[in-house]
Amino acid sequence: MVTFPGSLDDVDAARAVSKAGGEPVSLWHDDADIKAVDAVILPGGFSFGDYLRAGAIASLSPVVETVVKEAAAGLPVLGICNGFQILCEVGLLPGALTRNAGLRFVCRDQRLRVEDVNSPWLRNYYVGQELVIPVKNGEGCYQISKDELSELERSGMVFLRYIEENPNGSLADVAGVRNAQGNVLGLMPHPEHAIDVLTGPSTDGLGFFSSIVDSLVKAG
Amino acid sequence: MKFDTVADALRNSNTPQPFSELGLKPDEYERIKSILGRRPTSAELAMYSVMWSEHCSYKSSKVHLRKFGEIKTSKNVLAGIGENAGVIDIGDGWAATFKVESHNHPSYIEPYQGAATGVGGIVRDIVAMGARPVAVMDSLRFGPPDSADVQRVISGVVAGIGGYGNCLGLPNIGGETKIHASYEKNPLVNALCVGVMRHEDVHFSKATGEGNLVVLYGASTGGDGIGGVSILASEVFDETKSAKRPSVQVGDPFTEKLLIEATMEMFASGLVEGIQDLGGAGLSCATSELASNGGAGMRVRLEEVPLRDSDLSVEEILMSESQERMCAIVRPENLEQVMKVCEKWGLKASVIGEITGEKNLVITWNYQEIVNVPPRTVAHEGPEYQRPFVMPISNSKGHTPCTGADFGLKSENLKEAILRVMSGTEVADFSAITDQYDRYVRGQTVLSANADAGLVRVSDDSTKGLAVSLDGNGRICAIDADLGTQWSVLEACRNVAAVGAIPQALTNCLNFGSPEDPEVMGQFVAATNGLATAATALDLPVTGGNVSFYNQTGETAIVPTPVIGALGVIDDVHQHASSEHLDVGDVIYVVGELLEDLSGSLLLETMGLSESTMSLPEISYENEARLITVLPALISEGLIRATHDISDGGLVTALVEMVRGHRSQALSVVPDDDVEPFVWAFAEFGGRVVCVVKGQSVARFEKVADERKLTYRRIGDVISSNYAEQALEIRGFCQFTHEELIIAFQKGMLLKH
Repeated sequence: MVTFPGSLDDVDAARAVSKAGGEPVSLWHDDADIKAVDAVILPGGFSFGDYLRAGAIASLSPVVETVVKEAAAGLPVLGICNGFQILCEVGLLPGALTRNAGLRFVCRDQRLRVEDVNSPWLRNYYVGQELVIPVKNGEGCYQISKDELSELERSGMVFLRYIEENPNGSLADVAGVRNAQGNVLGLMPHPEHAIDVLTGPSTDGLGFFSSIVDSLVKAG
Repeated sequence: MKFDTVADALRNSNTPQPFSELGLKPDEYERIKSILGRRPTSAELAMYSVMWSEHCSYKSSKVHLRKFGEIKTSKNVLAGIGENAGVIDIGDGWAATFKVESHNHPSYIEPYQGAATGVGGIVRDIVAMGARPVAVMDSLRFGPPDSADVQRVISGVVAGIGGYGNCLGLPNIGGETKIHASYEKNPLVNALCVGVMRHEDVHFSKATGEGNLVVLYGASTGGDGIGGVSILASEVFDETKSAKRPSVQVGDPFTEKLLIEATMEMFASGLVEGIQDLGGAGLSCATSELASNGGAGMRVRLEEVPLRDSDLSVEEILMSESQERMCAIVRPENLEQVMKVCEKWGLKASVIGEITGEKNLVITWNYQEIVNVPPRTVAHEGPEYQRPFVMPISNSKGHTPCTGADFGLKSENLKEAILRVMSGTEVADFSAITDQYDRYVRGQTVLSANADAGLVRVSDDSTKGLAVSLDGNGRICAIDADLGTQWSVLEACRNVAAVGAIPQALTNCLNFGSPEDPEVMGQFVAATNGLATAATALDLPVTGGNVSFYNQTGETAIVPTPVIGALGVIDDVHQHASSEHLDVGDVIYVVGELLEDLSGSLLLETMGLSESTMSLPEISYENEARLITVLPALISEGLIRATHDISDGGLVTALVEMVRGHRSQALSVVPDDDVEPFVWAFAEFGGRVVCVVKGQSVARFEKVADERKLTYRRIGDVISSNYAEQALEIRGFCQFTHEELIIAFQKGMLLKH
């Protein structure tokens, strides 16, 4: 769990990891040492105040440099919201996230459909599964060239899509994308806020965290 | 840089000074001279003027606020009025702190920044007490939304609250937004913050310990907000005066987030003795209050203050309201650690002075004395006015209840009247506002927008929850400010009780016109009387508050708007009630006593039938106290599926709000045959709550209510429906489809999606 200055949902992602049976380990933006963790989560928030562009400054931090290197070697990485923006900025995931179509921050319980499960983060979901998970962002409008988008679609890299209502004008209703190998995943919705019906709209988000724990345990 | 020293003041004792331009009256200026035994230096004049302004000194209100401190209560108050925010014991070693603050005037001039920095300021007050801020809330008032200028204000204020709070990582757990013509050029932006801490972490803002250091950390100091406090907040908007745009502060929520984390880390490691945030009046306020609270002397080297703008004069540095700054009192041996924490979080920090054994606050600029004052005279012994006031005439003693028939309303027109009220701005769909606020962050939010009260769990390892409600009702306070305030207190407490929490403390933000108008002052005095009466009757402490005067354009003041915050505690957050859950087979009850009276109701206002000679009904505190005690007990027993407070718009509005959002349920209710239909549907007094009781719990519910002598009436059932069909059936009168109601709600929307 990486904390950047301005990270906000880091405690929430840590809670979700614990609930799924994993052990959350805190990583600090300024420290390139990722303490031999088995997977990395870049949490939501406004790292560095979203100054310049969301995720732009965080993408230059020492910890992200290590994450980029390790991801190439197969380290599972999940970017949530601001974490997704960072993964796009640093080039681990294709595309970019821009201001919401309505130019306003949007917080709502969002209906989503799982489109692909070829990732250690997704093994406890099935294709076509519908989820309700909160979105809350100001810059969640996914952008990519037409050609690249059709390539993503063809190879199943668009793993999550908004259904019923698109909250931010995202191209092709894209809510989340993965890399070709499936170890790096980014999404705008906040699964860590859908792990307990007391504090969230559902428990639909817990699957991301239980999937990675199960994958790692199985890989042993 | 040219500056005026104490030596200059002694030497040129007759230099004319621009005290009236700074908002000081001639007698106030004379008083400063007699305190100092000489004329003030220009830096001292700046300090006194800003600290003696209405906003900082409460000079018109202080004499009337004392009664809050005198309220006897059985609750365990750990810090009361006079601290940055009041703190109460909530059991198991936990303490909670909460406070509301207004940022009304800046929010009219620069809606985004005005509202944003309002949130920032109140959050720092909570942090200064040693608490981790856990949620924010807001109470907003605007003019009718159909004018372009009001749209500018609404959209800017909402974006500002969201922009700041979201980036800070604090969930927005609700609030209220209301419309009245008197707010058109005087919008109200009242922001509340709640914080949580362990008992041992409560800190007080005071400077003690000779030799301890004064450390300023956070953002550097710039020219923003200079004079904002004394000039901006103390002058009535007048078209003949030039715009004071540069006076509004600019917020940086990212720095505030770092400031919170750094401060939490310093408190946790025991590195600081006391902390004071820099808000209104900036360094003038922080240094004089710290020294005054601690009864200590202090020396400050002003040239050590990190500046964003090197052209600032010494007076401007002292008055600057640059946001996101804090002042800490640190033992010399802890300095290195404090600096390390600040460095970790990327914050500037510098030692600007130390605590001395002297009596005075001495400020130097490059070794020359520019301020030498007794700190109490700046911070706490400012002027106090007994402003003349004319108490509003209260007709409540001879109050006669009124009914629909008194206004010629006919029962065949009930449906039309209901739709008209539903189409108003009070019952509107507020999602375009609340969707701009993050309600999830921190992962402890149980209830937020659309709930009677916001509810957050205290921490992951506790089941305890804090419920907070903010309520004000200018409509009834315009009729009777004293009783109207009492009814507002009851509404706030009822909202907290309706989610299952027991009210523990009150806070307030009192928004009024000019105190120099005896009638406005009379409304204010009446409201403070009302608050004290209600707090005493309910055994609740008033732990703090805020007064905002001069909410007026020319001669026209806003309607009196005391906004009341109630904080309640629930032992197990899992046993709460929301207003949203309905199941077919549930039974609908109304609990509490109905006063058969349409006085002060939203119905009469919507129909244009409100009369200024109206009066409000008196309160039976026995009934009201019973309701707010018994309701949480019924909820904690798990008998109740949903609750909703009956307030603006009466019972019918509460029912409609409960059923909206549902697609497969409807409410079927029967009006009491001994009550006039309009009264049944729209009466707003006394305190009542709709309770939807699980079918299998009906007998138990009635037994407990009987035992506890709580009045209840069974009014109907939750039935099945499909979306295209009915949502609400008032048997014998009329029914409404989901679609009809949705169309109505959208008509009153203040902002469009």
